[in-house]
Amino acid sequence: MLLHLPSASTYSGDVDGLVLWVTLLTGFWFLAAEGMFFWLMWRFRARPGVKSQYITGKEPHLKQWINVPHTIILVFDVIIIVMAVRVWVKVKQTMPPADDTVRIVSEQWAWTFEHSGADGKIDTGDDVWTSDTLHVEVNKTYHFMLQSKDVIHSFFVPVFRLKQDAIPGRTISGWFKPTKTGTYDILCAEICGIGHGIMGGEIVIETPAQHALWVSQHSVVADAGATAADSTTTPAGAKN
Amino acid sequence: MAEIAHEHGHLPAGHGHAESNWFIKYLWSTDHKVIALQYMFTGMFMAMIAGFMAYVFRMQIAYPGMNVPFFGHVSPGSYNALITNHGSIMVFWVAMPVLLAGFGNFLIPLMCGCDDMVFPRINRLSYQLFFISAVVLIVSWFVPGGGFGGAWTAYPPLSAVGKYNLTPMGSSLWVLAVALEFVAFLLGGINFIVTAMNARAPGMKAFDVPLAVWMIVVASLLFMASVGPLIAGAVMLLFDQNLGTGFYNPTRGGDPVLWQHLFWFFGHPEVYVVLLPAMGIVAEVITVFSRKKMFGYKTVIYTVVATGVLSFFVWAHHQFVAGIDPRMANVFTVTTVIISIPIAEMCFLYIATLYGGSITFTTPMLWALAFIAEFLIGGVTGIYLGASGADIFFHDTYFVVAHFHYTFYPIAIIGTLAGITFWFPKIFGKMMNETMGKIHFWGTIIPFNFIFIPMFFLGMEGEHRRIYDYTNFPDLANPWAVSMRITSTVALVVMLLFQFIFLFNFIYSMLRGPKAEKNPWKSNTLEWTADSPPPHGNWREMPTVYRGPYEYATPGRETDYWPQDERA
Repeated sequence: MLLHLPSASTYSGDVDGLVLWVTLLTGFWFLAAEGMFFWLMWRFRARPGVKSQYITGKEPHLKQWINVPHTIILVFDVIIIVMAVRVWVKVKQTMPPADDTVRIVSEQWAWTFEHSGADGKIDTGDDVWTSDTLHVEVNKTYHFMLQSKDVIHSFFVPVFRLKQDAIPGRTISGWFKPTKTGTYDILCAEICGIGHGIMGGEIVIETPAQHALWVSQHSVVADAGATAADSTTTPAGAKN
Repeated sequence: MAEIAHEHGHLPAGHGHAESNWFIKYLWSTDHKVIALQYMFTGMFMAMIAGFMAYVFRMQIAYPGMNVPFFGHVSPGSYNALITNHGSIMVFWVAMPVLLAGFGNFLIPLMCGCDDMVFPRINRLSYQLFFISAVVLIVSWFVPGGGFGGAWTAYPPLSAVGKYNLTPMGSSLWVLAVALEFVAFLLGGINFIVTAMNARAPGMKAFDVPLAVWMIVVASLLFMASVGPLIAGAVMLLFDQNLGTGFYNPTRGGDPVLWQHLFWFFGHPEVYVVLLPAMGIVAEVITVFSRKKMFGYKTVIYTVVATGVLSFFVWAHHQFVAGIDPRMANVFTVTTVIISIPIAEMCFLYIATLYGGSITFTTPMLWALAFIAEFLIGGVTGIYLGASGADIFFHDTYFVVAHFHYTFYPIAIIGTLAGITFWFPKIFGKMMNETMGKIHFWGTIIPFNFIFIPMFFLGMEGEHRRIYDYTNFPDLANPWAVSMRITSTVALVVMLLFQFIFLFNFIYSMLRGPKAEKNPWKSNTLEWTADSPPPHGNWREMPTVYRGPYEYATPGRETDYWPQDERA
């Protein structure tokens, strides 16, 4: 819906639908107000011999031109609020059960991702750490744990319509479920210093087969165990 | 107070000794009109700097890595410093001094019929502090490490820790400049409120006060009520930067999000602090040039007060995705979307004022009408951002940039130009050139829309803010996006070039323009009963008020206007 930006998560359609409704409802008022405005400008332009009228704004037949729109705007506002809150609750306030979990660590100026590896559990010996590339499987619900090592960053995946700030000292949880395979941008949406303009990453959304292959190639069970176990206690220090 | 003011007013204008000394008259003056001009000229000077900054970083965005004419190569650090200071200047050193302090100082005593501000020396101190704050800001760009580059919102830890922002000195000076500027406007605000409440001409009741004065006073009240938390926050930030405290440092028990609450608790009312004076100016202009009484004068005031009160309860809409408790977002969505009701009502009342009018399209009227037409775009696009679900996507994208420029630009530029072109005859006693005024108007308004409309679409594509070079992001580097960025930049350059016409018109008319009579626009309010320009003390004989400010086309009168001070 948003021009030619692909839609690749289960809730991106909800956000786009909300944007469409807001466009319709506010667009109506915008066109009505501007239309009336320009019409009045033209209709009451100064003409020789025509004096302006003495109108205070208390005349009932004129006052309703303010009161009726006022009431309709209130109704439209309520509709917009209800729709906005519904989308918000779905994306940010509820967490559907996870199929898999990733840890996302941001720092000046890179993204580090901890994938759960072959066992599907995070903070175990076979976790896969990557820099700037996040690998996920299509149609699987992911929980993410978002952290920052230094300043505020913001995890922004436009094709998911998802954005969440990372706050140093906290772990912020959220979720997404990809619906479309492909490689898309991950952006840092909060200014984070001179490297803000290069702080990008990519999300690779794979079919189950592709994803299983990638995991099997990168998940090293035996000797990475010690380092990965350390990294769980101090996730801020861990990086592949 | 009114009595004292009146005795003072009967003294011969100028007090003799002040006239001879240029320094005393223009730089050490307590005359509200001179202080207004000091604020206005300082603001206009800062606007030129901020405009130049916009030119430099827009060139870098459209043509990454180019050698920008008159600047040179833009490094990532200087890019961040440019965007940070552009925003800070336009809000704190242009919109505030010109709209609130400049017009507030000039209009309040003249529209209320008194000879000066109630506390003239506090007024002078206010400007002097403001001047120092501007100097501190300018100095901050040339210290080791360069100017602060952590955005005008200055979120810690980036702003608080030197090793993260790499501009330890620049950031401290930036915070200091902002804090000084707040003190200056607190002093000015006290004066505005006291003067408008206590020193009005005899006969001028609360509902005989012109809307410009009402709105400047409400804006000053909003500013005074909201700025306290931010000053406290700024002091804590200065301590974190320089004394090693940890107010915003999570590893030492602080919280970075605390700053965001303090900043936006001020930051959102601030939008209305600058909006209201502009709305007030526009009200004066559209009533005069449509020869109409304000439609629902009292309702306008009620909507202003309602907006002001509501504006204290919307701040966290800037923080939906900032890591606050997600349930809070629901409350702030409700308050934010509801604020559209008084604002829309205000706009409707302005539009309704045109009904039954006799509209002449002079330069000030064109600016005032453009203000409403453009501000409506800023208003409706705000709904997208106030709707929490949609803001998850739009937050910190170019959609936000476009949205607030459609509010701030009408306020700080269009509203200001409506005011300057309208009161120019009163301020300088000379008329401005209408032809140049209209060329400048169209040369500003058309490119303005070409600058910011592409940004709405770029934002919808997911383009995020404050990025030095978009070629680093594959999805944002497509030819369509590049062409949109170039359109914006070219339009900006065109718009900036047209400002030279205004500058020429301004200076030429000030020196050589035809002499203005007392009341060239046939307006009702009191400032038009003083000489053009009004002498020190404003009136030889202080005016008395008999009616409200918008008695145009009153039935049974020969002329279509009825000055407030004319005996019935």
